[in-house]
Amino acid sequence: MSRLQAGQRHPVRFSLNGSPCAGEAEPRLLLTDFLRHQVGATGTHVGCEHGVCGACTVVIDGKPARACLTLAAQIDGCEVRTVESLAPSADRLGVLQSAFKRHHALQCGFCTAGILMSLDGFLRQHKRPDEESIRDLLSGHLCRCTGYTPIVRAAIEAAAELADQSGERADA
Amino acid sequence: MKPAAFDYVRAEHLDEALDVLGREGSDARIIAGGQSLMAMLNMRLARPRTLIDIMRLAELGRIESTGDTVKVGAAVRQDALLAWPDLARNLPLVALALPWTGHVQTRSRGTICGSIAHADPSAELPLVLLALGGEVHLRSASRRRRVAAKDFFAGMMTTTRADDELIEAVAFPASRQRCGFREVARRHGDFAIVACAAVKTPDGVRLAIGGVADMPVARDFPPLDGSALDDALNGFAYQLDARDDVHATARYRRDLVRMIGRDLVREVLQ
Repeated sequence: MSRLQAGQRHPVRFSLNGSPCAGEAEPRLLLTDFLRHQVGATGTHVGCEHGVCGACTVVIDGKPARACLTLAAQIDGCEVRTVESLAPSADRLGVLQSAFKRHHALQCGFCTAGILMSLDGFLRQHKRPDEESIRDLLSGHLCRCTGYTPIVRAAIEAAAELADQSGERADA
Repeated sequence: MKPAAFDYVRAEHLDEALDVLGREGSDARIIAGGQSLMAMLNMRLARPRTLIDIMRLAELGRIESTGDTVKVGAAVRQDALLAWPDLARNLPLVALALPWTGHVQTRSRGTICGSIAHADPSAELPLVLLALGGEVHLRSASRRRRVAAKDFFAGMMTTTRADDELIEAVAFPASRQRCGFREVARRHGDFAIVACAAVKTPDGVRLAIGGVADMPVARDFPPLDGSALDDALNGFAYQLDARDDVHATARYRRDLVRMIGRDLVREVLQ
């Protein structure tokens, strides 16, 4: 058993976007604030801070989850992926990001990082999702700009592209 | 919107968690998936001095099916039960209701027992446990006891769990009886304005309603139809003592109880 004292910082070691990462966190520090202020990964946005809006969604151990409903201390030893993992390089967009751009699936962009990570986690497990399952997934996010329809279109197109890519890799 | 300070205890054995809980009582809270508790902490509606994380306790992470009962441990996440291959066969009502519990992004971490412990009056899992006549398995450092769902929920986010007890597991009776589930919410996955579960019983149908009273309420009805059914549901709707809030009026809630209730009773008695 370990007891992390209130008011003191304790080491947190985890994997961030495939690389080992370490920081220090008080027990009460949320994963959102840990990522943004300790690690400096500001792609994860902070919206409602009580699990409703979905802006802070990241992928923890392969599953989309709310970073604002997770303590930094809870992710010790976990694998975390954030929106910073999606672009293959600083000047190129990933498959999901490109589809979002083509379909105008964002306007202000505040909700986008969370939605991209939900879709990233989901599409790795569901290669050919139908519209209904994507809309069910998106029910965990609030977007006040797009009306969701362009997001659904972008997601379906990206899913097909990702499935083709993995198919090609399997053939090769 | 940040939690107040607390100590964080990462238990490696159940005894350790029970020991801390026994010593610190109501100053300590169990955290499992945290999908209800973290929101309470962020809003400072809860300010425990100690959080006890039980997610590393392998003995709490099991789904055990014994023929007539399915026991779900305190560390079983909602998406794990949803993915359990025997769910639809053994617990068809849970299979219907669980997709309405939160969202993909909260079911990935939230636990079954955590939702029961939180006892939100509009949550689906307390409603389903009550409708099926399930049990809550409580444990403290000195004793174990089982409490029927109808005796566990005591009011708005209030249960009969003692301060030194944790929920070790909840037990759902395996039921292949006809059943149904309906819910009306502002957004799929949000808390229900009205949630309704129905299970066929030997004498008729049991109807359980969430989101209206300050806890889920179940009522057994004989097989009724037509205006007799409407009258019975109207009486039930009024007895739930609905209140107005920002989401819906009391009148709308009573209307939903009557309409959803009638559809479900007919469906289940068919």
